[in-house]
Amino acid sequence: MNASTRYGPGIISGRLRPRPYHSALRGERIGYVGALSSCLFAALVSFFLILAGPARAQDNAALVQRFATESFNDIVGAVNGLATSGSPRAAPVIEALRDGRLVYRASDRAVFIRRPDNSFVNALTGDPAADIGTTRPVRLNNNVRRAIDAAVGALSLLHPDPARRISAAEAVFKSRDGTALAALEAAIGQERDARIKTLMEEARAAVVVANPQASEADRIAAIGIIQRRGDQDALAMLGSLPATTPPLVREAAESAAVGIRRTLAVWEAGQNVWHGISLGSVLLLAAIGLAITFGVMGVINMAHGEMVMIGAYTTFVVQQVIRTFAPGLMDASLFIALPMAFLVAGAIGVAIERLIIRHLYGRALETLLATWGVSLVLQQAVRSWFGPTNREVTTPSWMSGSIEIGHLAITANRLAIIVFAAIVFAALLVFLKRTPFGLQTRAVTQNRRMAGAMGIRTNWVDAFTFGLGSGIAGLAGVALSQIDNVSPNLGQAYIIDSFMVVVFGGVGNLWGTLVAAMTLGIANKLLEPYAGAVLGKILLLVFIILFIQKRPRGLFALKGRAVE
Amino acid sequence: MMLTRFLFEKIDRAGWVFLVLLGIAAVLVPVLNLAVPPGSMFHVSNTAVGLWGKYMTYALLAIAVDLVWGYCGILSLGHGAFFALGGYAMGMYLMLQIGPRGVYAHPTLPDFMVFLNWQELPVAWWGFSFFPYAMVMVALVPGLLAFVFGWFAFRSRVTGVYLSIITQALTYALMLAFFRNDMGFGGNNGLTDFKDILGFNIQSQTTRAVLFSLSVLALMAGYLVARAIVTSKAGKIIIAIRDAEPRTRFLGYRVENFKLFVWTVSAVMAGIAGALYVPQVGIINPSEFSPANSIEAIVWVAVGGRGTLVGAALGAGLVNFAKSWFTGAFPQGWLFALGGLFIFVTLFLPKGILGTFTDWWRSRQRKPEPPAATSASQPAA
Amino acid sequence: MLIDPMETQLPGDPVKAIERPQVVTQSLLYLDGVSVSFDGFRAINNLSLIIAPGEMRAIIGPNGAGKTTMMDIITGKTKPDAGDVIFDGQVDLTQLDETSIANLGIGRKFQKPTVFEMHTVEDNIEMAVKADRTVFGTLFSRHSAEIWRRVDDILGIVRLGDHRKRPAGDLSHGQKQWLEIGMLLAQDPKLLLVDEPAAGMTDVETGATADLLKDIAKTHSVVVVEHDMGFIRELGVKVTCLHEGSVLAEGSLDQVSSDERVIEVYLGR
Repeated sequence: MNASTRYGPGIISGRLRPRPYHSALRGERIGYVGALSSCLFAALVSFFLILAGPARAQDNAALVQRFATESFNDIVGAVNGLATSGSPRAAPVIEALRDGRLVYRASDRAVFIRRPDNSFVNALTGDPAADIGTTRPVRLNNNVRRAIDAAVGALSLLHPDPARRISAAEAVFKSRDGTALAALEAAIGQERDARIKTLMEEARAAVVVANPQASEADRIAAIGIIQRRGDQDALAMLGSLPATTPPLVREAAESAAVGIRRTLAVWEAGQNVWHGISLGSVLLLAAIGLAITFGVMGVINMAHGEMVMIGAYTTFVVQQVIRTFAPGLMDASLFIALPMAFLVAGAIGVAIERLIIRHLYGRALETLLATWGVSLVLQQAVRSWFGPTNREVTTPSWMSGSIEIGHLAITANRLAIIVFAAIVFAALLVFLKRTPFGLQTRAVTQNRRMAGAMGIRTNWVDAFTFGLGSGIAGLAGVALSQIDNVSPNLGQAYIIDSFMVVVFGGVGNLWGTLVAAMTLGIANKLLEPYAGAVLGKILLLVFIILFIQKRPRGLFALKGRAVE
Repeated sequence: MMLTRFLFEKIDRAGWVFLVLLGIAAVLVPVLNLAVPPGSMFHVSNTAVGLWGKYMTYALLAIAVDLVWGYCGILSLGHGAFFALGGYAMGMYLMLQIGPRGVYAHPTLPDFMVFLNWQELPVAWWGFSFFPYAMVMVALVPGLLAFVFGWFAFRSRVTGVYLSIITQALTYALMLAFFRNDMGFGGNNGLTDFKDILGFNIQSQTTRAVLFSLSVLALMAGYLVARAIVTSKAGKIIIAIRDAEPRTRFLGYRVENFKLFVWTVSAVMAGIAGALYVPQVGIINPSEFSPANSIEAIVWVAVGGRGTLVGAALGAGLVNFAKSWFTGAFPQGWLFALGGLFIFVTLFLPKGILGTFTDWWRSRQRKPEPPAATSASQPAA
Repeated sequence: MLIDPMETQLPGDPVKAIERPQVVTQSLLYLDGVSVSFDGFRAINNLSLIIAPGEMRAIIGPNGAGKTTMMDIITGKTKPDAGDVIFDGQVDLTQLDETSIANLGIGRKFQKPTVFEMHTVEDNIEMAVKADRTVFGTLFSRHSAEIWRRVDDILGIVRLGDHRKRPAGDLSHGQKQWLEIGMLLAQDPKLLLVDEPAAGMTDVETGATADLLKDIAKTHSVVVVEHDMGFIRELGVKVTCLHEGSVLAEGSLDQVSSDERVIEVYLGR
């Protein structure tokens, strides 16, 4: 009996393992914010270019003309001047110079760039230039090359593409290269994007802190700026001061580091809570159908996990069909899969109720065994049909990527699942409180015999409830297909956790399930960093075993004479 | 004297057939295996001895499950945990018997500890090289766990489905724990590569035949103990608890104590079964804690007939025989068959094979005679 | 629930004992100001009731008056939210569980006859007979002639001698009622709580049951809940009428049944 596959370490053990914290953080800051601000920036730049057009053009002409010289010193001056000018022509001109493709016409000191195909363009305007006559190359020596290297870094700080500016500022922050200071100052002066400006100021602060020549006061002030940044890089920066650093600066750095660590710990706890909420949502989705059937019929459906699995496979099939017949609908595939999964799982649920559970009414333990049998059959059926290996389910584009709030990385797929769980929960709540069927269901939950006596067809309620619970499990399967492997064992991985939610929350009250799912999800994620995934899960299981001793019917139990 | 009185007063006909057949098997199988040459049609193959020995331990586990489920109404989805704990206790003894013959040839530490770079034997392992101590632990560890768990659960009146679910959580938690390397019980791989038991080579056919006979004897003993319990006055109370727990309380019986007693006895039986299982299959690993295993043990009892003891043992044999056959003939069909069996038995054969047969036998006998007295301690469902 | 209440709570709370009025120590059962509610519904509302030793009392009241809930409270099945439940002048029943209360000498017959259906009639009685109730006591109990003589006696009293080997589940409704009364007798309690003993019985059986209860009342205290006024009249004892969880009227059946409020409750206006 291959337990390890059938009961693989469940969700709590870390299927939702967070991405390494700060790599996701830094990377995505650039990706998302960058895209947004680059549009803004382009608009701004063109706006200012139109306003300041003529003046700019004249400045640029003077700057570019300075290359038309034989003096290395002048060339170095020209490189520095152009690099800090902010001119859009700076990058192509300096690149051409580096590659030895910058030439000038001695007659009028006009500068041209030779393109790889040996045609020429005007260095100032970038317009093609035909028949340029005799030219000389602008000369290079080691001094010029050094100036060029510095200029390329500085140029990136002034690059029109915000992403390039951000990475340049980050590079300076990490290298703490003193030579970049001038370029940084220039870039800070010109920068219009507040976020990038902050990054640059942080980079400048890093340079200052690392600079033994800077005054202690300046260095300590710079440490303050770095502390405000407050991430792992800042911590690394503060931790790597050279041994020669004066004690005052060192102390400031150490206290700043302590402050950063404290803030980071809070953020990390926040991140864990966020992951916990997301895990709790998954648990809620997986368990709520179980809780409803348990509440109404008093039976535990051991095949509930398989309903989840079937929901996931429905998603797979729907996507296969879409891929074949309408690839353009791929982004909408989940919205098609949701009702399909609900119907497929719900129909199987109704079938199970009508064929099996109905005959075992009042024998809860036998029902448990029979539904376990159903779960084995369903698992094996899916295994024979789709094969034992994982199936690939596509994640729609709108569910990838992430946003960042402070130091919290909020990935779109988690957010989507949380929102989805909330919608399902709210819909169920409304359904049970506001519809006649919901009223009947609640009546049967509280007192089956009385409800029957009042003319409620309890066996219909049973069948519908079972269908509803199974259908919701199918919905959970669609959601889980986005974060977990779609395999025949998918359901088994979630079933024990779902049981825990149900017995912890008690039955007959959806809020109990919500509270239990969130409590277990968050507790699990908060325990994980200290105890490890497996031990954390064991601790939770033990906690629930003990909790049940205190509240044998869960957090929100029904009371009264009818309960027995 | 008490025993003979017990035997003649309390053992029913099925019990006698069961005991006699087992007694014959305990003697005959080793003889046919060891003394009859392999070519003969009466020879029992080595594989068969191993397989049947395994079935015997399963049957003992089934009787343990039947005692709590069939008679006391406690559906344990975690009895595999007690079985596995007994198995681990035996496995630890066998592991320490390997001594310096392991791959790393360490004089005292088992291979996996050397592999993990451990310097000394963990406290939990102390004393396990001493056979009597290990045997005490075989009974004590599952018994103690059951006692503590039951103490809390039964006092708090955790019953029915809730109890089933938390027993499942118990074995699941243990499985996760034993999968961890730092628990010190071999992690994933468990305990294996045993060499000898009490100085006898564990691979030798004589040892295996003896282990078979011991398993049969343990099964007989387990049956007698269980039968003694369920036919006593305490047995009547236990059945009363199954049928109407609150009513039993109002009669002044401490339900939790009775439950705790049966539960603990049953766990010890399961532990002993596990201890006999391990030397015969040669390995114990955390998957024995898998909830699926425990539920499978339930279906053995359901198939054979719960509340019959003999039926439970019979069910364990039949289902496992079917399993062996299926995994040979249609490996992918086994889960269909097992799942179908769960459904079929609960729907159509609620009394199991033996229960149904007994009913039929009685109704057939009743026709010519006036209504015979039904046995008080023979529950119908 | 980790500590056995039997060991820690007996005998009573000494402070409380001092405050108790004289009537408490003289009564067998003393309920004062007992209230319990389920999810906002007050099933028992400030109920006070006193049963003297050797007394037989009939409780009547319309459906939902709280009769069964009152028995649940006395036998420990339900814990009251407020109020005192004192047994035998000194034992606080609210602190005890069903088992302890049963062992103190309070027996109960349920509204719906509850016997062990899989056991034979005689086994039902045997389990009820006053004897060692511990696990090991029952595990090693020998076939005691004394106990079985008692079983025979009781089977005779409740007229089930011919059915002793039958499973209790096979009995008719009325026979189950008798079996349960027999089990009550076997327990030999100080106080019997009998919930609707005449339900589902023929007139002859009802009469026999009334005789049996009167017989029992000679040596025991009995509280009978019944709807059948003829049955109550036959008992001829003090009657308490409950309504909405508290006592509406108390006295002889004639007094109670002529009480304006009782008539109003039963008949409406």
